[in-house]
Amino acid sequence: MSSVAALASVPTQSAEIVYQLSGIGKTYARNATHALQGIDLTLRKGSFSSVIGSSGCGKSTLLKIMAGLVPPSTGRVVLQGRPVTGPRRDIGMMFQQATLFPWRTTIENIVLPIEIRDGKKAALAAHDPARALLELVGLKGFDKAYPGELSGGMAQRAAICRMLITEPAVLLLDEPFSALDELTRDFMNMELQRICASRDATAFLVTHSIPEAVILSDVVYVMKPRPGRIAEEVVIDLPRPRTLEMITTPKFGALVERIRNRLDKEAFI
Amino acid sequence: MTAPANPAPHGADAETIWVEHVAWFDRVPRAVAMAFVFAVFIGLWELVTLLGLVSPIILPTPLETLKDVILVGRNLIGGEYMLAALWTTLRAVAYGFALAVAIGFSLGVLVGETAFGERAIMPYLVAIDTMPKVAFAPIFIAWLGFDIESKVALAAFIATFPIVVGTAAGLHSADANARMLFKTMGATRWQTLVKMKLPTGLPQIFTGLKIAAVGVMAGAITGEFLGGGRGFGELIRIASTQLNTPRVFSLIIYLSLVGMLLFGIVVWMQRHFVFWHKDRVVGGEV
Repeated sequence: MSSVAALASVPTQSAEIVYQLSGIGKTYARNATHALQGIDLTLRKGSFSSVIGSSGCGKSTLLKIMAGLVPPSTGRVVLQGRPVTGPRRDIGMMFQQATLFPWRTTIENIVLPIEIRDGKKAALAAHDPARALLELVGLKGFDKAYPGELSGGMAQRAAICRMLITEPAVLLLDEPFSALDELTRDFMNMELQRICASRDATAFLVTHSIPEAVILSDVVYVMKPRPGRIAEEVVIDLPRPRTLEMITTPKFGALVERIRNRLDKEAFI
Repeated sequence: MTAPANPAPHGADAETIWVEHVAWFDRVPRAVAMAFVFAVFIGLWELVTLLGLVSPIILPTPLETLKDVILVGRNLIGGEYMLAALWTTLRAVAYGFALAVAIGFSLGVLVGETAFGERAIMPYLVAIDTMPKVAFAPIFIAWLGFDIESKVALAAFIATFPIVVGTAAGLHSADANARMLFKTMGATRWQTLVKMKLPTGLPQIFTGLKIAAVGVMAGAITGEFLGGGRGFGELIRIASTQLNTPRVFSLIIYLSLVGMLLFGIVVWMQRHFVFWHKDRVVGGEV
Protein backbone atom coordinates (compact mmCIF):
# COMPACT_ATOMS: atom_id res chain seq x y z
CA MET A 1 0.00 0.00 0.00
CA SER A 2 2.98 2.29 0.45
CA SER A 3 3.30 2.82 -3.29
CA VAL A 4 -0.38 3.74 -3.47
CA ALA A 5 0.10 6.24 -0.67
CA ALA A 6 3.02 7.76 -2.54
CA LEU A 7 0.66 8.43 -5.43
CA ALA A 8 -1.99 10.00 -3.23
CA SER A 9 -1.42 13.35 -4.84
CA VAL A 10 -1.61 14.18 -8.52
CA PRO A 11 1.86 13.89 -10.12
CA THR A 12 3.22 17.42 -10.14
CA GLN A 13 4.92 19.38 -12.86
CA SER A 14 8.19 18.20 -11.36
CA ALA A 15 7.76 14.53 -12.40
CA GLU A 16 9.90 13.64 -15.38
CA ILE A 17 8.31 13.76 -18.85
CA VAL A 18 7.89 10.28 -20.32
CA TYR A 19 5.93 10.90 -23.48
CA GLN A 20 5.58 14.13 -25.42
CA LEU A 21 3.49 14.90 -28.49
CA SER A 22 3.81 18.33 -30.07
CA GLY A 23 1.83 19.71 -32.98
CA ILE A 24 0.59 16.31 -34.12
CA GLY A 25 -1.50 16.39 -37.27
CA LYS A 26 -2.70 13.59 -39.51
CA THR A 27 -4.08 14.11 -43.00
CA TYR A 28 -5.32 11.31 -45.20
CA ALA A 29 -4.46 12.26 -48.77
CA ARG A 30 -6.97 9.71 -50.09
CA ASN A 31 -10.00 11.84 -49.21
CA ALA A 32 -8.18 14.97 -48.01
CA THR A 33 -9.54 14.66 -44.46
CA HIS A 34 -7.86 16.12 -41.43
CA ALA A 35 -8.08 13.31 -38.90
CA LEU A 36 -5.98 15.19 -36.33
CA GLN A 37 -4.76 18.76 -35.98
CA GLY A 38 -2.40 20.42 -33.53
CA ILE A 39 -2.42 17.83 -30.77
CA ASP A 40 -0.10 18.63 -27.86
CA LEU A 41 0.16 16.08 -25.05
CA THR A 42 2.61 15.57 -22.22
CA LEU A 43 2.58 12.40 -20.12
CA ARG A 44 4.58 12.59 -16.90
CA LYS A 45 6.00 9.64 -15.00
CA GLY A 46 3.32 7.90 -12.92
CA SER A 47 0.42 9.90 -14.35
CA PHE A 48 -2.82 8.53 -15.72
CA SER A 49 -4.34 10.45 -18.65
CA SER A 50 -7.48 9.73 -20.64
CA VAL A 51 -8.83 10.94 -23.92
CA ILE A 52 -12.56 10.95 -24.45
CA GLY A 53 -14.58 11.80 -27.51
CA SER A 54 -17.31 10.62 -29.81
CA SER A 55 -16.71 8.00 -32.49
CA GLY A 56 -14.73 9.43 -35.38
CA CYS A 57 -13.06 12.20 -33.36
CA GLY A 58 -9.67 10.72 -34.25
CA LYS A 59 -8.79 9.17 -30.90
CA SER A 60 -7.94 5.78 -32.37
CA THR A 61 -5.74 7.47 -34.97
CA LEU A 62 -4.03 9.33 -32.12
CA LEU A 63 -3.45 6.05 -30.27
CA LYS A 64 -2.02 4.40 -33.40
CA ILE A 65 0.39 7.30 -33.83
CA MET A 66 1.41 7.02 -30.19
CA ALA A 67 1.97 3.26 -30.61
CA GLY A 68 4.20 3.86 -33.62
CA LEU A 69 1.82 2.00 -35.94
CA VAL A 70 1.01 5.04 -38.09
CA PRO A 71 3.33 7.98 -38.84
CA PRO A 72 1.91 11.47 -38.16
CA SER A 73 1.70 13.94 -41.06
CA THR A 74 3.08 16.76 -38.92
CA GLY A 75 4.57 17.16 -35.46
CA ARG A 76 6.93 15.31 -33.15
CA VAL A 77 6.38 12.17 -31.08
CA VAL A 78 9.03 11.64 -28.42
CA LEU A 79 9.11 8.78 -25.90
CA GLN A 80 11.88 8.78 -23.30
CA GLY A 81 13.89 11.26 -25.31
CA ARG A 82 13.82 9.26 -28.55
CA PRO A 83 11.45 9.95 -31.47
CA VAL A 84 8.90 7.20 -32.09
CA THR A 85 9.35 5.89 -35.64
CA GLY A 86 7.77 2.46 -35.29
CA PRO A 87 6.59 -0.15 -32.75
CA ARG A 88 8.85 -0.19 -29.68
CA ARG A 89 9.26 -2.52 -26.75
CA ASP A 90 8.94 0.36 -24.27
CA ILE A 91 5.36 0.88 -25.51
CA GLY A 92 2.80 -1.48 -23.94
CA MET A 93 -0.62 -1.78 -25.50
CA MET A 94 -3.95 -3.29 -24.61
CA PHE A 95 -7.14 -3.58 -26.64
CA GLN A 96 -10.85 -4.06 -26.15
CA GLN A 97 -10.37 -7.78 -26.85
CA ALA A 98 -7.84 -9.74 -24.81
CA THR A 99 -6.63 -11.44 -28.03
CA LEU A 100 -5.04 -14.40 -26.29
CA PHE A 101 -4.14 -17.23 -28.64
CA PRO A 102 -5.97 -20.44 -27.74
CA TRP A 103 -3.13 -22.79 -28.71
CA ARG A 104 -0.83 -21.20 -26.15
CA THR A 105 -1.13 -21.56 -22.39
CA THR A 106 -1.71 -18.37 -20.42
CA ILE A 107 1.97 -18.00 -19.56
CA GLU A 108 3.02 -18.68 -23.17
CA ASN A 109 0.65 -15.90 -24.23
CA ILE A 110 2.16 -13.54 -21.68
CA VAL A 111 5.76 -14.09 -22.80
CA LEU A 112 4.82 -13.82 -26.50
CA PRO A 113 6.21 -10.24 -26.84
CA ILE A 114 9.56 -11.50 -25.51
CA GLU A 115 9.46 -14.50 -27.85
CA ILE A 116 8.80 -12.22 -30.84
CA ARG A 117 11.62 -9.81 -29.99
CA ASP A 118 14.30 -12.02 -28.39
CA GLY A 119 13.44 -15.61 -29.33
CA LYS A 120 12.25 -18.75 -27.57
CA LYS A 121 15.13 -18.98 -25.09
CA ALA A 122 14.53 -15.47 -23.74
CA ALA A 123 10.79 -16.21 -23.56
CA LEU A 124 11.48 -19.28 -21.43
CA ALA A 125 13.69 -17.20 -19.15
CA ALA A 126 10.80 -14.74 -18.77
CA HIS A 127 8.51 -17.35 -17.22
CA ASP A 128 9.49 -16.36 -13.69
CA PRO A 129 8.69 -12.64 -14.09
CA ALA A 130 5.52 -13.71 -15.95
CA ARG A 131 4.43 -15.77 -12.93
CA ALA A 132 5.11 -12.77 -10.68
CA LEU A 133 2.86 -10.66 -12.94
CA LEU A 134 0.14 -13.31 -12.81
CA GLU A 135 0.27 -13.05 -9.05
CA LEU A 136 0.09 -9.24 -9.27
CA VAL A 137 -3.14 -9.38 -11.33
CA GLY A 138 -4.66 -12.12 -9.16
CA LEU A 139 -4.24 -15.03 -11.57
CA LYS A 140 -1.76 -17.04 -9.51
CA GLY A 141 -1.78 -20.70 -10.52
CA PHE A 142 -3.37 -20.08 -13.92
CA ASP A 143 -0.05 -20.12 -15.82
CA LYS A 144 -0.70 -23.50 -17.46
CA ALA A 145 -4.40 -22.89 -18.14
CA TYR A 146 -5.50 -22.40 -21.73
CA PRO A 147 -7.33 -19.13 -22.58
CA GLY A 148 -10.49 -21.15 -23.28
CA GLU A 149 -10.64 -21.88 -19.56
CA LEU A 150 -10.52 -18.19 -18.57
CA SER A 151 -13.49 -15.83 -18.14
CA GLY A 152 -13.56 -12.48 -20.00
CA GLY A 153 -12.21 -10.59 -16.98
CA MET A 154 -9.48 -13.17 -16.37
CA ALA A 155 -8.48 -13.00 -20.05
CA GLN A 156 -8.07 -9.21 -19.76
CA ARG A 157 -5.96 -9.69 -16.62
CA ALA A 158 -3.70 -12.00 -18.64
CA ALA A 159 -3.59 -9.33 -21.37
CA ILE A 160 -2.41 -6.85 -18.72
CA CYS A 161 0.45 -9.23 -17.88
CA ARG A 162 1.37 -9.54 -21.56
CA MET A 163 1.46 -5.74 -21.80
CA LEU A 164 3.66 -5.43 -18.71
CA ILE A 165 6.14 -8.26 -19.46
CA THR A 166 8.44 -6.03 -21.55
CA GLU A 167 8.43 -3.41 -18.75
CA PRO A 168 7.17 -0.64 -21.03
CA ALA A 169 7.62 3.05 -20.19
CA VAL A 170 4.08 3.90 -21.26
CA LEU A 171 0.83 1.93 -21.29
CA LEU A 172 -1.60 2.64 -24.11
CA LEU A 173 -5.07 1.36 -23.24
CA ASP A 174 -7.66 1.20 -26.01
CA GLU A 175 -11.02 0.78 -24.22
CA PRO A 176 -9.54 -2.21 -22.40
CA PHE A 177 -12.62 -3.31 -20.44
CA SER A 178 -15.48 -2.14 -22.65
CA ALA A 179 -16.29 -5.69 -23.77
CA LEU A 180 -16.85 -6.75 -20.16
CA ASP A 181 -20.09 -6.45 -18.22
CA GLU A 182 -20.43 -3.30 -16.14
CA LEU A 183 -19.85 -4.86 -12.71
CA THR A 184 -16.68 -6.59 -13.89
CA ARG A 185 -15.63 -3.40 -15.63
CA ASP A 186 -15.85 -1.29 -12.45
CA PHE A 187 -13.90 -3.89 -10.55
CA MET A 188 -11.25 -4.20 -13.28
CA ASN A 189 -10.81 -0.41 -13.32
CA MET A 190 -9.99 -0.47 -9.60
CA GLU A 191 -7.60 -3.35 -10.27
CA LEU A 192 -5.99 -1.34 -13.06
CA GLN A 193 -5.48 1.59 -10.66
CA ARG A 194 -3.86 -0.74 -8.12
CA ILE A 195 -1.57 -2.34 -10.74
CA CYS A 196 -0.55 1.03 -12.23
CA ALA A 197 0.17 2.44 -8.76
CA SER A 198 2.26 -0.57 -7.72
CA ARG A 199 4.48 -0.11 -10.78
CA ASP A 200 4.39 3.70 -10.92
CA ALA A 201 3.16 3.24 -14.48
CA THR A 202 2.50 6.03 -16.97
CA ALA A 203 -0.84 5.27 -18.62
CA PHE A 204 -2.91 6.70 -21.44
CA LEU A 205 -6.50 5.54 -21.80
CA VAL A 206 -8.92 5.90 -24.69
CA THR A 207 -12.54 5.48 -23.64
CA HIS A 208 -16.18 6.24 -24.37
CA SER A 209 -17.14 6.28 -20.73
CA ILE A 210 -16.95 9.58 -18.86
CA PRO A 211 -17.18 8.04 -15.35
CA GLU A 212 -14.43 5.57 -16.26
CA ALA A 213 -12.18 8.39 -17.46
CA VAL A 214 -12.85 10.47 -14.33
CA ILE A 215 -12.37 7.68 -11.77
CA LEU A 216 -9.02 6.60 -13.27
CA SER A 217 -7.38 9.79 -14.49
CA ASP A 218 -5.30 12.69 -13.27
CA VAL A 219 -6.25 14.57 -16.42
CA VAL A 220 -8.95 13.99 -19.06
CA TYR A 221 -8.57 15.37 -22.59
CA VAL A 222 -11.86 16.04 -24.36
CA MET A 223 -11.55 15.70 -28.13
CA LYS A 224 -13.54 17.46 -30.85
CA PRO A 225 -13.98 15.94 -34.32
CA ARG A 226 -13.38 17.27 -37.84
CA PRO A 227 -10.50 17.86 -37.49
CA GLY A 228 -9.70 15.87 -34.36
CA ARG A 229 -8.26 18.21 -31.74
CA ILE A 230 -8.21 18.64 -28.00
CA ALA A 231 -11.08 20.90 -26.89
CA GLU A 232 -10.40 20.91 -23.20
CA GLU A 233 -8.02 19.58 -20.61
CA VAL A 234 -9.88 18.68 -17.40
CA VAL A 235 -7.70 18.12 -14.33
CA ILE A 236 -9.24 15.53 -12.00
CA ASP A 237 -8.19 16.57 -8.49
CA LEU A 238 -9.97 13.78 -6.62
CA PRO A 239 -7.73 12.23 -3.93
CA ARG A 240 -5.95 8.92 -4.53
CA PRO A 241 -6.45 6.06 -4.19
CA ARG A 242 -9.81 6.41 -5.91
CA THR A 243 -12.71 4.23 -4.80
CA LEU A 244 -15.99 3.30 -6.44
CA GLU A 245 -17.79 5.14 -3.63
CA MET A 246 -16.44 8.44 -5.01
CA ILE A 247 -18.79 8.04 -7.99
CA THR A 248 -21.69 9.24 -5.81
CA THR A 249 -19.91 12.36 -4.49
CA PRO A 250 -20.97 15.84 -5.72
CA LYS A 251 -17.44 16.62 -6.87
CA PHE A 252 -17.35 13.53 -9.10
CA GLY A 253 -20.76 14.48 -10.49
CA ALA A 254 -19.58 18.01 -11.24
CA LEU A 255 -16.54 16.74 -13.14
CA VAL A 256 -18.64 14.29 -15.17
CA GLU A 257 -21.12 17.09 -15.90
CA ARG A 258 -18.38 19.43 -17.08
CA ILE A 259 -16.98 16.85 -19.51
CA ARG A 260 -20.43 15.85 -20.74
CA ASN A 261 -21.36 19.46 -21.49
CA ARG A 262 -18.18 19.94 -23.45
CA LEU A 263 -18.91 16.78 -25.48
CA ASP A 264 -22.57 17.64 -26.07
CA LYS A 265 -21.77 21.01 -27.54
CA GLU A 266 -19.24 19.78 -30.06
CA ALA A 267 -19.45 16.14 -30.83
CA PHE A 268 -22.85 14.96 -31.88
CA ILE A 269 -23.71 17.32 -34.69
CA MET B 1 -33.08 -30.50 3.38
CA THR B 2 -36.31 -31.12 5.27
CA ALA B 3 -39.52 -31.88 3.42
CA PRO B 4 -41.93 -28.96 3.25
CA ALA B 5 -44.57 -29.17 5.96
CA ASN B 6 -47.37 -28.77 3.48
CA PRO B 7 -46.25 -29.97 0.05
CA ALA B 8 -48.08 -28.35 -2.82
CA PRO B 9 -50.41 -30.59 -4.82
CA HIS B 10 -48.96 -32.41 -7.89
CA GLY B 11 -45.43 -31.82 -6.54
CA ALA B 12 -45.38 -28.30 -7.97
CA ASP B 13 -43.02 -26.97 -5.29
CA ALA B 14 -39.58 -25.39 -5.51
CA GLU B 15 -37.95 -28.73 -6.18
CA THR B 16 -39.89 -29.45 -9.36
CA ILE B 17 -37.52 -29.87 -12.29
CA TRP B 18 -39.03 -28.90 -15.59
CA VAL B 19 -37.84 -31.09 -18.44
CA GLU B 20 -38.23 -30.02 -22.02
CA HIS B 21 -40.32 -32.56 -23.88
CA VAL B 22 -38.28 -34.59 -26.40
CA ALA B 23 -39.97 -37.00 -28.80
CA TRP B 24 -39.17 -40.67 -28.06
CA PHE B 25 -37.42 -41.24 -31.42
CA ASP B 26 -35.06 -38.36 -30.64
CA ARG B 27 -34.13 -39.99 -27.35
CA VAL B 28 -33.03 -43.46 -28.53
CA PRO B 29 -29.25 -44.07 -28.33
CA ARG B 30 -27.33 -43.18 -31.44
CA ALA B 31 -26.11 -46.74 -32.11
CA VAL B 32 -29.67 -48.06 -31.94
CA ALA B 33 -30.93 -45.32 -34.28
CA MET B 34 -28.14 -46.03 -36.77
CA ALA B 35 -28.77 -49.78 -36.64
CA PHE B 36 -32.46 -49.12 -37.28
CA VAL B 37 -31.75 -47.05 -40.39
CA PHE B 38 -29.35 -49.74 -41.63
CA ALA B 39 -31.95 -52.46 -41.07
CA VAL B 40 -34.60 -50.47 -42.97
CA PHE B 41 -32.15 -49.95 -45.84
CA ILE B 42 -31.28 -53.67 -46.05
CA GLY B 43 -34.95 -54.60 -45.67
CA LEU B 44 -36.00 -52.39 -48.59
CA TRP B 45 -33.12 -53.72 -50.66
CA GLU B 46 -34.14 -57.32 -49.87
CA LEU B 47 -37.78 -56.53 -50.68
CA VAL B 48 -36.95 -55.00 -54.05
CA THR B 49 -34.88 -58.04 -55.09
CA LEU B 50 -37.29 -60.57 -53.57
CA LEU B 51 -40.25 -59.19 -55.50
CA GLY B 52 -38.18 -59.29 -58.68
CA LEU B 53 -38.71 -55.57 -59.29
CA VAL B 54 -35.14 -55.22 -60.56
CA SER B 55 -33.05 -57.60 -62.65
CA PRO B 56 -30.38 -59.45 -60.56
CA ILE B 57 -27.77 -58.18 -63.03
CA ILE B 58 -28.56 -54.65 -62.02
CA LEU B 59 -29.07 -55.22 -58.30
CA PRO B 60 -27.90 -58.37 -56.47
CA THR B 61 -29.57 -59.48 -53.24
CA PRO B 62 -28.02 -58.38 -49.94
CA LEU B 63 -27.03 -62.00 -49.22
CA GLU B 64 -25.22 -62.41 -52.57
CA THR B 65 -23.37 -59.20 -51.86
CA LEU B 66 -22.43 -60.31 -48.35
CA LYS B 67 -21.13 -63.66 -49.72
CA ASP B 68 -18.92 -61.81 -52.19
CA VAL B 69 -17.73 -59.39 -49.50
CA ILE B 70 -16.54 -62.46 -47.53
CA LEU B 71 -14.95 -63.96 -50.68
CA VAL B 72 -13.05 -60.75 -51.45
CA GLY B 73 -12.10 -60.46 -47.77
CA ARG B 74 -10.58 -63.97 -47.83
CA ASN B 75 -8.67 -63.12 -50.99
CA LEU B 76 -7.31 -59.96 -49.34
CA ILE B 77 -6.35 -61.71 -46.12
CA GLY B 78 -4.80 -64.60 -48.07
CA GLY B 79 -2.51 -62.08 -49.77
CA GLU B 80 -3.76 -63.01 -53.24
CA TYR B 81 -4.11 -60.84 -56.35
CA MET B 82 -6.70 -58.53 -54.81
CA LEU B 83 -4.31 -57.50 -52.05
CA ALA B 84 -1.78 -56.51 -54.72
CA ALA B 85 -4.54 -54.52 -56.47
CA LEU B 86 -5.52 -52.81 -53.22
CA TRP B 87 -1.87 -51.96 -52.56
CA THR B 88 -1.54 -50.45 -56.05
CA THR B 89 -4.58 -48.23 -55.47
CA LEU B 90 -3.44 -47.32 -51.96
CA ARG B 91 -0.07 -46.16 -53.31
CA ALA B 92 -1.74 -43.98 -55.93
CA VAL B 93 -3.96 -42.50 -53.21
CA ALA B 94 -1.08 -41.92 -50.78
CA TYR B 95 1.26 -40.35 -53.35
CA GLY B 96 -1.59 -38.30 -54.78
CA PHE B 97 -2.55 -37.00 -51.34
CA ALA B 98 1.05 -36.19 -50.38
CA LEU B 99 1.54 -34.33 -53.66
CA ALA B 100 -1.74 -32.45 -53.21
CA VAL B 101 -0.80 -31.42 -49.66
CA ALA B 102 2.64 -30.16 -50.75
CA ILE B 103 1.40 -28.22 -53.79
CA GLY B 104 -1.89 -27.12 -52.25
CA PHE B 105 -0.31 -25.81 -49.06
CA SER B 106 2.44 -23.93 -50.92
CA LEU B 107 -0.01 -22.36 -53.36
CA GLY B 108 -2.39 -21.60 -50.49
CA VAL B 109 0.29 -19.69 -48.59
CA LEU B 110 1.32 -17.84 -51.78
CA VAL B 111 -2.28 -16.88 -52.52
CA GLY B 112 -3.30 -16.20 -48.92
CA GLU B 113 -0.23 -14.27 -47.81
CA THR B 114 0.83 -12.18 -50.80
CA ALA B 115 -1.24 -9.55 -52.57
CA PHE B 116 0.38 -10.66 -55.84
CA GLY B 117 -0.78 -14.24 -55.33
CA GLU B 118 -4.27 -13.17 -54.41
CA ARG B 119 -4.66 -10.79 -57.32
CA ALA B 120 -2.67 -12.52 -60.08
CA ILE B 121 -2.73 -16.26 -59.28
CA MET B 122 -6.04 -16.86 -57.50
CA PRO B 123 -8.22 -15.98 -60.53
CA TYR B 124 -6.47 -18.67 -62.57
CA LEU B 125 -6.84 -21.22 -59.79
CA VAL B 126 -10.56 -20.44 -59.56
CA ALA B 127 -10.85 -20.82 -63.33
CA ILE B 128 -9.12 -24.21 -63.28
CA ASP B 129 -11.14 -25.30 -60.26
CA THR B 130 -14.40 -24.76 -62.14
CA MET B 131 -13.30 -27.16 -64.90
CA PRO B 132 -14.47 -30.79 -64.63
CA LYS B 133 -11.13 -32.18 -63.50
CA VAL B 134 -11.92 -35.79 -64.39
CA ALA B 135 -11.95 -34.69 -68.03
CA PHE B 136 -8.19 -34.17 -67.72
CA ALA B 137 -7.66 -37.94 -67.26
CA PRO B 138 -6.95 -38.69 -70.95
CA ILE B 139 -4.40 -35.86 -71.00
CA PHE B 140 -2.57 -37.21 -67.93
CA ILE B 141 -2.59 -40.70 -69.47
CA ALA B 142 -1.18 -39.34 -72.73
CA TRP B 143 1.52 -37.43 -70.85
CA LEU B 144 2.41 -39.95 -68.14
CA GLY B 145 1.39 -43.33 -69.54
CA PHE B 146 -0.70 -46.17 -68.13
CA ASP B 147 1.34 -46.70 -64.98
CA ILE B 148 0.76 -45.29 -61.51
CA GLU B 149 1.99 -41.79 -62.46
CA SER B 150 -1.12 -40.81 -64.38
CA LYS B 151 -3.36 -41.97 -61.50
CA VAL B 152 -1.28 -40.05 -58.96
CA ALA B 153 -1.48 -36.95 -61.16
CA LEU B 154 -5.27 -37.09 -61.50
CA ALA B 155 -5.75 -37.81 -57.78
CA ALA B 156 -3.45 -34.92 -56.82
CA PHE B 157 -5.06 -32.62 -59.39
CA ILE B 158 -8.49 -33.12 -57.84
CA ALA B 159 -7.28 -32.91 -54.22
CA THR B 160 -5.07 -29.82 -54.56
CA PHE B 161 -7.76 -27.16 -54.89
CA PRO B 162 -9.62 -27.71 -51.61
CA ILE B 163 -6.27 -27.45 -49.81
CA VAL B 164 -5.38 -24.19 -51.61
CA VAL B 165 -8.75 -22.68 -50.77
CA GLY B 166 -8.67 -23.93 -47.17
CA THR B 167 -5.15 -22.60 -46.58
CA ALA B 168 -5.86 -19.20 -48.15
CA ALA B 169 -9.13 -18.82 -46.22
CA GLY B 170 -7.37 -19.90 -43.04
CA LEU B 171 -4.66 -17.27 -43.44
CA HIS B 172 -7.34 -14.62 -43.95
CA SER B 173 -9.25 -15.66 -40.85
CA ALA B 174 -6.95 -13.89 -38.37
CA ASP B 175 -8.87 -10.95 -36.92
CA ALA B 176 -7.83 -7.29 -36.89
CA ASN B 177 -6.95 -7.33 -33.18
CA ALA B 178 -4.49 -10.18 -33.58
CA ARG B 179 -2.83 -8.44 -36.54
CA MET B 180 -2.60 -5.17 -34.60
CA LEU B 181 -1.15 -6.97 -31.59
CA PHE B 182 1.58 -8.56 -33.70
CA LYS B 183 2.35 -5.17 -35.24
CA THR B 184 2.73 -3.54 -31.82
CA MET B 185 5.11 -6.35 -30.81
CA GLY B 186 7.25 -5.51 -33.83
CA ALA B 187 6.79 -8.98 -35.36
CA THR B 188 8.29 -9.72 -38.77
CA ARG B 189 6.07 -10.97 -41.59
CA TRP B 190 7.48 -14.48 -41.14
CA GLN B 191 6.76 -14.45 -37.39
CA THR B 192 3.23 -13.19 -38.01
CA LEU B 193 2.67 -16.00 -40.50
CA VAL B 194 4.14 -18.84 -38.44
CA LYS B 195 3.13 -17.81 -34.92
CA MET B 196 -0.28 -16.32 -35.64
CA LYS B 197 -1.84 -16.69 -39.09
CA LEU B 198 -1.10 -20.37 -39.71
CA PRO B 199 -2.23 -21.61 -36.27
CA THR B 200 -5.34 -19.40 -36.52
CA GLY B 201 -6.10 -20.91 -39.93
CA LEU B 202 -5.59 -24.57 -38.98
CA PRO B 203 -9.34 -25.33 -38.68
CA GLN B 204 -9.93 -24.14 -42.26
CA ILE B 205 -6.79 -25.90 -43.49
CA PHE B 206 -8.09 -29.16 -42.03
CA THR B 207 -11.49 -28.60 -43.64
CA GLY B 208 -9.63 -28.41 -46.95
CA LEU B 209 -7.68 -31.58 -46.12
CA LYS B 210 -10.90 -33.47 -45.37
CA ILE B 211 -12.44 -32.49 -48.71
CA ALA B 212 -9.15 -33.42 -50.39
CA ALA B 213 -9.11 -36.85 -48.67
CA VAL B 214 -12.47 -37.63 -50.28
CA GLY B 215 -11.46 -36.26 -53.68
CA VAL B 216 -8.15 -38.09 -53.84
CA MET B 217 -9.92 -41.49 -53.77
CA ALA B 218 -12.24 -40.48 -56.58
CA GLY B 219 -9.26 -39.28 -58.60
CA ALA B 220 -7.26 -42.48 -58.19
CA ILE B 221 -10.20 -44.75 -59.06
CA THR B 222 -11.23 -42.64 -62.05
CA GLY B 223 -7.63 -42.79 -63.26
CA GLU B 224 -7.74 -46.57 -63.01
CA PHE B 225 -11.06 -46.80 -64.86
CA LEU B 226 -9.74 -44.80 -67.75
CA GLY B 227 -6.07 -45.69 -67.71
CA GLY B 228 -6.09 -49.38 -66.78
CA GLY B 229 -3.34 -50.69 -64.55
CA ARG B 230 -3.60 -53.24 -61.77
CA GLY B 231 -5.55 -51.41 -59.09
CA PHE B 232 -9.01 -51.75 -57.55
CA GLY B 233 -10.48 -49.50 -60.24
CA GLU B 234 -9.43 -52.03 -62.86
CA LEU B 235 -10.99 -54.88 -60.82
CA ILE B 236 -14.27 -52.94 -60.67
CA ARG B 237 -14.15 -52.29 -64.42
CA ILE B 238 -13.54 -56.00 -65.19
CA ALA B 239 -16.29 -57.14 -62.78
CA SER B 240 -18.80 -54.78 -64.34
CA THR B 241 -18.00 -55.91 -67.91
CA GLN B 242 -18.56 -59.49 -66.69
CA LEU B 243 -21.93 -58.37 -65.24
CA ASN B 244 -20.60 -59.56 -61.85
CA THR B 245 -22.58 -56.95 -59.92
CA PRO B 246 -22.08 -58.45 -56.43
CA ARG B 247 -18.33 -58.16 -57.01
CA VAL B 248 -18.67 -54.49 -58.01
CA PHE B 249 -20.62 -53.81 -54.83
CA SER B 250 -18.18 -55.60 -52.52
CA LEU B 251 -15.16 -53.89 -54.12
CA ILE B 252 -16.87 -50.53 -53.59
CA ILE B 253 -17.47 -51.43 -49.94
CA TYR B 254 -13.77 -52.17 -49.44
CA LEU B 255 -12.81 -48.96 -51.22
CA SER B 256 -15.11 -46.99 -48.95
CA LEU B 257 -13.33 -48.53 -45.96
CA VAL B 258 -10.05 -47.20 -47.36
CA GLY B 259 -11.66 -43.79 -47.84
CA MET B 260 -12.96 -43.77 -44.29
CA LEU B 261 -9.51 -44.74 -43.00
CA LEU B 262 -7.87 -41.79 -44.80
CA PHE B 263 -10.62 -39.43 -43.63
CA GLY B 264 -10.27 -40.81 -40.10
CA ILE B 265 -6.53 -40.14 -40.09
CA VAL B 266 -7.14 -36.50 -41.09
CA VAL B 267 -9.83 -36.12 -38.39
CA TRP B 268 -7.50 -37.64 -35.80
CA MET B 269 -4.74 -35.22 -36.78
CA GLN B 270 -7.19 -32.32 -36.56
CA ARG B 271 -8.23 -33.32 -33.02
CA HIS B 272 -4.58 -33.55 -32.08
CA PHE B 273 -3.35 -30.29 -33.61
CA VAL B 274 -6.45 -28.10 -33.29
CA PHE B 275 -7.37 -29.08 -29.74
CA TRP B 276 -8.52 -25.53 -29.01
CA HIS B 277 -11.07 -25.33 -31.84
CA LYS B 278 -14.39 -23.63 -31.11
CA ASP B 279 -12.57 -21.26 -28.72
CA ARG B 280 -10.83 -19.31 -31.47
CA VAL B 281 -9.11 -16.21 -30.17
CA VAL B 282 -10.31 -15.71 -26.62
CA GLY B 283 -11.57 -12.53 -25.02
CA GLY B 284 -14.93 -10.85 -25.31
CA GLU B 285 -17.27 -12.31 -27.91
CA VAL B 286 -14.80 -12.82 -30.75
